[in-house]
This record gives sequence, C-alpha cells and structure tokens, in this order.
Amino acid sequence: MVASQVLAAALFSEGREVQSFPAFGVERRGAPVTAFLRVDDAPIQLRCEITEPDDLIVLDPTLVDAIDVTSGLKPGGSILINSDRPAEHYAALAGRFRVATVDASAIATRNGLGSRTQPIVNTAILGAFAAVSGLVGLESVCSAIEQEVPGRAEANVRSARDAAAAVASAVAGAA
Amino acid sequence: MVGNHAVSWGASLSRAEVISAYPITPQTQVVEQLSEMCADGRLNARFIKVESEHSAMAACIGASAAGARAFTATSSQGLALMHELLHWASLGRLPIVMADINRALAPGWNIWTDQNDTLAQRDTGWIQLYCETNQEVLDTTIQAFKLAEAVDLPVMLVLDAFYLSHTAEPVDIPDPEMVDVYLPRREPRYRLDVNEPRAFGALVRPDSYMEMRWHQQSAMDRARAEFEHIDREWENLFCRRYGAVESYRTEGADLLLVTSGTITSTARFVIDRRRARGEAVGLVKMKMFRPFPADTLRTLLSGVERVAVLDRNLSPGRSGIFAEEIRAALYDVDPEERPALYGYVVGLGGRDVTPGTIDDIIDRTRGAAAPTREDVWVGLNL
Repeated sequence: MVASQVLAAALFSEGREVQSFPAFGVERRGAPVTAFLRVDDAPIQLRCEITEPDDLIVLDPTLVDAIDVTSGLKPGGSILINSDRPAEHYAALAGRFRVATVDASAIATRNGLGSRTQPIVNTAILGAFAAVSGLVGLESVCSAIEQEVPGRAEANVRSARDAAAAVASAVAGAA
Repeated sequence: MVGNHAVSWGASLSRAEVISAYPITPQTQVVEQLSEMCADGRLNARFIKVESEHSAMAACIGASAAGARAFTATSSQGLALMHELLHWASLGRLPIVMADINRALAPGWNIWTDQNDTLAQRDTGWIQLYCETNQEVLDTTIQAFKLAEAVDLPVMLVLDAFYLSHTAEPVDIPDPEMVDVYLPRREPRYRLDVNEPRAFGALVRPDSYMEMRWHQQSAMDRARAEFEHIDREWENLFCRRYGAVESYRTEGADLLLVTSGTITSTARFVIDRRRARGEAVGLVKMKMFRPFPADTLRTLLSGVERVAVLDRNLSPGRSGIFAEEIRAALYDVDPEERPALYGYVVGLGGRDVTPGTIDDIIDRTRGAAAPTREDVWVGLNL
C-alpha cells in the first residue's frame, strides 16, 4: 500500500497523472494485499480494479507458488519479484513475460528496515522497479520516499538505491 | 492525496471549530488526520473523542447549537448507530457537516463500498451530496458548510469506500485565504447563550410541530437553488463547478445512463469510447440526492428514448433507490416524452463495476423490448 502511494507520488512529481489504491480485507501487517496504480498523461477516468496490468510487482515470493500472480498480466508484461533466486529460476514465466528478481528482503534487512523475519521491503522494491521499468526515475522515487515514508527516510532511500544497483546486474544476467 | 485526507483538508480549510468522532472501525483516516491537525496546531478546533457514533453526533449537536462550526465523519454501522440523532440535528436546524464513507452494512462484515448506509438515512432531513473524485470531495466539504449554514440544515457529503477513500490521486488544495473569503465565520441566528436564554429541544405540541416540519421542507426546497448559487460562487474563485446534476455528452442521445459516485467516472470512459464509434449515448450524474433534483431530472430525461439507472444500493422488496425515485419524478412527464426507465442493481458490497459491466448494461438496455418489472441485477453469480 505504502509502496503504491510512494510510486504514485514519484510519478506525480514527474508531471504524470496517477491513481493508486489498495484492495485488502483485514487491515493488519502481513495480511495479503493487492495495490493498484494507474499512470497516464491525461486525467484518469477508470475507477475500478486493474485486471490486465502492464507491470506486476510481487513483494512476497511465496505467492508465486501459491497463486497465479500473472493472471491477466499482458503478454510481454514485466514481473519484478522480491526473491533471493535469480530470474532464471522463474523460467516458466520468462517465456511469456519479462522477469526480474531482486533480494529486497536481504537489502532491507541490511539497511535495518524491519526484522529478519519481517523485513520492510517496499522501498527497496521501488528502487529496483525504477531501474528495470524505466517508467520512473530513481531520483523521483528517492524524493518520494523522503516525502511519503513516515520514518527512517535515510535507510529507506539507501535501500532503494541498493536494490536499483542490485537489480541492474540481475537483469543483465537473466538476458 | 487519498479521499479520506481530502475530507480532512476540506474540514480544516473550512475552519471547523468542533470535531467529534468515534475513533475505531468503521472510522477512517478522516478524523485521524484531523486529530493530528488539531494536536499540532494547524487547526484551531476542539477535538472530542467519544465512545460511540451516537455520542459523536450528540457532541456535534451541542456544539452547533452553541454556535460552533461542527464536523464529524463516519461510515456504515457507525452512521446507522447515529440514526436517532440525525433527525435531531435536522429538525434542530443545525448546520452540521458530516462525511460518510459509503460502506456496506453487515452481515456479512464488509468494509467495501455500497450506498445503503446513507440511503437508509434518506428521511432524516439531511442534505446528501455524492462525490466522484477526491478533488470533488475536498471542494464539496467546504461547499457543504456554506450550504448548511445558508439554509440551516445539516449536510452529509458522501464518498465511495476504497474507490475514493483509499485512492491516492492528484488534488489541488485551495488557497486558505480564498476559502476564508468564500466561507466566512459562521454567524448563527440563534445560539445557546446563558446571557440570552432560549428554549432548545422543548416540548412542541401538535399546534406547532407540523409547522416545524413545513419549515424543514421549505429549507430543503431552498437548498436546491442555494446549491447552484454557492457552486457558481465556488467556480468564480476556484474555476471548478459540479452542479447538483451534471449532464455529460447528452446531446442527441437516445440512451442515457444515470449514475452517482465513482461509477460515474468509469461510465464516462465507456461513453467516450462509444461516442467515438458514433453511438449516441450520454450520462447524467446525480451529485445531489436530497433535496431530490426532480425538476432538473425531468428536463434532462424527457424526450430520451431509454434511461438506464445504475444503483449501488437496494431497497429490499422494491428496487434500486435512485431508479425508484427517478421513476416517481418522471410520472407527471407527458407520456409521449417519458423515457422507458431500466433499473440495474450493481456493485453491492464493493463488487467492482468495470467498463465491461457498463457495456453490458448499455447492451441490455438497447436489446430489451421494454423494461422488466423488477430491476436487473448485473454481475450476479448464483
């Protein structure tokens, strides 16, 4: 949820129209949650869930085995997974989509965000997304983190930068 | 900015003086941010935390009677719990403003959007304004105080759960000094004042109660014209205007949708797409539900062949509530000019209403020989 709002703020700062919203049941940390983000150059009129995304970010790698996370993802769309495995591990997806992985959990833990069992990965993953998607600048993401994230701004920005650097080499390896 | 915070900003820019709220579910971030604004001094208001929504409204009633600008926010079961005091606020002619995040009523427990919570309060004497975007939410919060204080009636501004309340999108925050010009300090005609004692809430016998109700009704009647006035004044200062009823691409249309809330936005997308293909379809958005804008609707809908009303609500045993009220409003239209009205129940309990849902409704409306006796439920999986 916070990640989608930070990303929306980053894109907004680059002059884009944005809309982000979550879909969740129980409001507690760790519960499954989906968040949606639309970005456009014109004002956004659609106000419904996104069932056919262009880009997909998966914060919890166990979901990839549990559900079909790619359901509705457009052919050729991108998937960024928080995982300690290389992109090649997701060979079943790589045929249809552009797959990248980044170990956001380790990066977050290294930067002291959350605990080893519950790392706060949302800022790391956004740094990686900026690097692989080209949709938004890393500097915009870092400024948005400083503006939107309630605490530990410095560690969160460092986490985003580390992930951006890490994912760049991961993509090259996958290609 | 999310819709909840658009309400907080609206109430803050309106310089609400007393905010009373119950702080636990189904409460939202609306009062969370207002409590922060009060705590850090950005807003000079008394924040009263209470043990129930019933008490929240009671505190607003007391504050408003004493002459303060009073505000609260709630949702679903919380609004239902306030029911008794909603009557009290309206017949007490107190210009309280309340935001309600439209959420379905339990059981089953559901925090998603559905209009039944506010429509169940239809007859409590509150003005009701439904919003489509977070910009409209912020603007309407400020307009609501001006309207309430102009006619001495409480106003409920209504926003869809999640599709507005938790949706972040760009919102322009009006200049505070310009808002002060638009909405000066409240000047109540009567107030609780120990130096000028009056009776409030006294026994009213049959010889005067009916007159009180007549005054309430004529204030509602005045609110229609008054809203147009304050909406134009808003436009003069901030270059945005909404209208009690908005018509969108209705020129030459043989089929019109009638919508409220965020379904309107998605419907605009569908209308644009069909217009681009040369299809003569349009849209009528209802922002104001109480007072009911019957004359405007009669003017806009007369002469149109088919009208499809989308209701994210239900009066069980009858039909969708907007459809039912519009049917009644069209009764005295010349039968030659009266449109065939098709009622659709959609999106209850937050079920997603997509462009596909709206396309389906338009196709069904075009394909039907005549409206069915009962509303059609769309997207039902039995």
